[in-house]
Amino acid sequence: MNATVVDTAGVAPTAFLCHEEPPAHNGTLLGFWIYLMSDCFIFASLFACYAVLGTNDAGGPSAAQILDLPGLAVNTALLLLSSVTFGFAMLEMARQRKRAMLAWLAVAGLLAAGFVGLELHEFHHMIEAGAGPDRSAFLSSFFTLVGTHGLHVSVGILWLIVLMVQLGKFGLTEANIRRLRCLSMFWHFLDLVWVGVFSFVYLAGVLR
Amino acid sequence: MSHPTASGHGDDALHVHQGSLRGYLTGFVLAAILTAIPFWLVMGHVFDNRWLTITLVLLLAVVQILVHIVYFLHLDTHSEGGWNMMAFIFTIVLVVIVLGASIWVMYNENSLMMPMSPQYQHSEG
Amino acid sequence: MPEAMPHRAPVWDFLFGRLTLDSLPFLKPDLEGRIVLATLVVVVLGGLAILGVVTKKRLWGYLWHEWFTTVDHKRLGIMYMILGTVMLLRGFSDAIMMRAQQAYAFGPQMGYLPPEHYDQIFTAHGAIMIFFVAMAYIVGLMNYVMPLQIGSRDVAFPFLNNLSFWFTFWGAILFMVSLFVGDFSTAGWLGYPPVSELQQGPGVDYYIWGLQLSGVGTLLTGVNFVTTILKMRAPGMTMMKMPVFSWTTLCTSGLIIATFPVLTATLLLLSLDRYLGTHFFTTGFGGNVMMYINLIWVWGHPEVYILILPIFGVYSEIVPTFSGKPLFGYSSMVYATVAIMILSYLVWLHHFFTMGSGADVNSFFSLTTMMISIPTGVKIFNWLFTMYRGRVHFTVPMLWTMGFLFTFTIGGMTGVMLSVAPADFLLHNSLFLIAHFHNVIIGGVVFGVFAAVNYWFPKAFGFRLDESWGKASFWFWLVGFWVAFTPLYIMGLMGVTRRLSHFDNPALQPYFIVAAFGALLIALGILAFIIQIYVSILRRKAYAVGGDPWNGRTLEWSTSSPPPDYNFAFIPNVHARDAWTDMKKHGYRRPLEGFNPIHMPKNTAAGAIIGALSFACCFGLVWYIWWLAAASFVGIVVATIAHTFNYHREFHIPVDEVRAFEHSGNWQAGTQGAGA
Repeated sequence: MNATVVDTAGVAPTAFLCHEEPPAHNGTLLGFWIYLMSDCFIFASLFACYAVLGTNDAGGPSAAQILDLPGLAVNTALLLLSSVTFGFAMLEMARQRKRAMLAWLAVAGLLAAGFVGLELHEFHHMIEAGAGPDRSAFLSSFFTLVGTHGLHVSVGILWLIVLMVQLGKFGLTEANIRRLRCLSMFWHFLDLVWVGVFSFVYLAGVLR
Repeated sequence: MSHPTASGHGDDALHVHQGSLRGYLTGFVLAAILTAIPFWLVMGHVFDNRWLTITLVLLLAVVQILVHIVYFLHLDTHSEGGWNMMAFIFTIVLVVIVLGASIWVMYNENSLMMPMSPQYQHSEG
Repeated sequence: MPEAMPHRAPVWDFLFGRLTLDSLPFLKPDLEGRIVLATLVVVVLGGLAILGVVTKKRLWGYLWHEWFTTVDHKRLGIMYMILGTVMLLRGFSDAIMMRAQQAYAFGPQMGYLPPEHYDQIFTAHGAIMIFFVAMAYIVGLMNYVMPLQIGSRDVAFPFLNNLSFWFTFWGAILFMVSLFVGDFSTAGWLGYPPVSELQQGPGVDYYIWGLQLSGVGTLLTGVNFVTTILKMRAPGMTMMKMPVFSWTTLCTSGLIIATFPVLTATLLLLSLDRYLGTHFFTTGFGGNVMMYINLIWVWGHPEVYILILPIFGVYSEIVPTFSGKPLFGYSSMVYATVAIMILSYLVWLHHFFTMGSGADVNSFFSLTTMMISIPTGVKIFNWLFTMYRGRVHFTVPMLWTMGFLFTFTIGGMTGVMLSVAPADFLLHNSLFLIAHFHNVIIGGVVFGVFAAVNYWFPKAFGFRLDESWGKASFWFWLVGFWVAFTPLYIMGLMGVTRRLSHFDNPALQPYFIVAAFGALLIALGILAFIIQIYVSILRRKAYAVGGDPWNGRTLEWSTSSPPPDYNFAFIPNVHARDAWTDMKKHGYRRPLEGFNPIHMPKNTAAGAIIGALSFACCFGLVWYIWWLAAASFVGIVVATIAHTFNYHREFHIPVDEVRAFEHSGNWQAGTQGAGA
């Protein structure tokens, strides 16, 4: 295009370009938050299923009959403690104290592993008692919702192990800090979903 | 919408809202209390009316979720230039719609279309 | 659950799961087998020919390094468009087969397609057109254009962009493989139970895994685009200065994020019923079939807005450019888009008014459905007012737009007819419904894609498309569409049901014959489009254009055609809406010195590898080849973890390279170097 128009608005043509590259805006934290929002919709669909199907026990075990509330209390405590200890790890990261951070991360990981272990034990017991996911719609939706949450926690643990190796090897680089912040969001998000699970699936479930 | 920060580095991973020990401990104590109460209400059979218990349990869950959001996830109107909060509100609105309307629709479906076995006997329409 | 296995040694059952020689339809001697065999021969010969040419010209290295491992949004956009076009041919072949059957099968004449085969064809037609044609095209367009429009060098997550493409690609391949290995679902494009649960064979599983795989790709794209638009706009480009196409990209991506997880969850539940015997959607043991219908349409309705919103954005770019005026009512366009985004979550039940929710529920959704037509109406008026008193140039993109304005508006009106719940009790699942959604999808999405291709092709390739063949394609499509679907509207009002492979009433045959003729006209339209591409490539030197062939208004037209890998030598500094028009108005001159080295992401093989392993995993799941599914799943995990150990994903383009391109790139037709 030939541009012979003289600038009349007082805006000099060179002001249309940034002659220095503008600072890079890393989108990872926002992007990961948005991914977590999408995960909310997966859980929302599963919660909706439990809402609709949760009383359809097809003559089999009902929630009140089969769900173990004391075990639930232990599990909830494990996950909450795991969340808090992860928070402590983040505080140590902010203070650049790598070893303390790794120690707290290990604690958080072990607590979460305990959560998953107990949950697998609970599932095994229920299946042995004839209350597996194929027994009724209530049990299908229970196992799927709780199981999906547990699967997320398991992925989080694997991610944590990999990240701990990378932190050990490469240190507190900008990239690793970003990854740790994402994992931290993931970790707390899963504890948040668990609040919904224990309240709606278990506690309200045994009363419905 | 973009402007360099004073340091000239722009947003980087380190300039993110951080928690504090106080914050995590407060959140932990609140969450623990908000967990203990619903467990007590259910396992202790505190109220005869189960729907009252269910309502309270769910309300306390909502409050505890907010505690997690504030004290653990550090969500405020400033994170990521306000976009985290915007995304969160967008999500909550749609989740409420999807959950609420689905339950409403399926309740009507069950009432109108399911066979009249004891499990499905509700009031008309 | 698995069908009865023929007798063979256990090792073969282990290696091949439930895949046997009986699973291969082209080995069967009946008519269906012959059709599949003929298709297989054509595909194999054609495939070998292409592979032969690529090998002979030693292009494998080029393809791998420049295309398969690219993280450049422009190249990925082009690959999506190619995928969409190939799948258009497949989906359209299904349509021709259906039209032929329905024009012929009356009374004692049963036609050439038995019902089980016909059902697979309409299922494949719908699923392919939605997921692998329409979605592929719109993702391709958004990928190519949006980063350029916002003045960015790439999207926020270039590797995820590559991964998303491969997931979509392999999902499409899974569908295509089902033609020759096994069969396809007969349960319609949405896979309603109980049909989708009772069908024992691999068909429904191909459908499920193909959609799960491509669905993950789409979700990642949504996250990518939202983050890009929120974080990577050029300095000075506030949200309300952003081009409307980028606004629609943002809202579409928001919808993708909010709705594709519901599809993922619902298909997961369906697959759990099929694989593990759970009872979500069974008719006994407490299952509830309607829950599937409800959830799948919670996804399905926003999905159609995902398809149309970017296209509304396309028209919002084309109309102002070819009217020589700014878009009328920019703010109301933005608000209308956001309103449509939110309202699309409040209407889904209108897809199953007749399925027993009762009058209260139906009334609510009836009202919301009527309401959602209002913001769309606002958009139509804004486009018309933009054209009013403008200097309208009837280029090929503008022709497609005029075709859209007429066709889509009528289609939208038939939608409002359907929104009246009592009327829907006649029209639901009739040919009227078929005509309505083809009306809005063809008149809206397809016309828009052709408009967009004609509009942005010169930018992407440096030469324009042949105008005569473009006009021919347009007229064949426009007339063909109306000839093909008006009979369906009429028959639908008479009460004729959809998805039938045979009719008893011979009075319907003339309508179907007219419809088949319409489909042939559309086929000519598609042929004309392919010829248009071919001829334009042959005449590319004569058709060469510079950076701004249309006197465009937005930033993509400030780059050369095609743009360099880095898009902009200097990131633009934006002061107004229609930023490029603003720059031209103020006498902007492109600098030829003073360049900086440019920071770019490296290509990576990780996406192609993870994609291929995902295909292997899904194929194993379809055929119960558990060792394959497990091994490839482990491979995916390992490859992903390995990729995270790669911290060196960037490089710099040195100043001399930037300088060399800026001095020689295609800025003005027929000239090199300084200009524009």
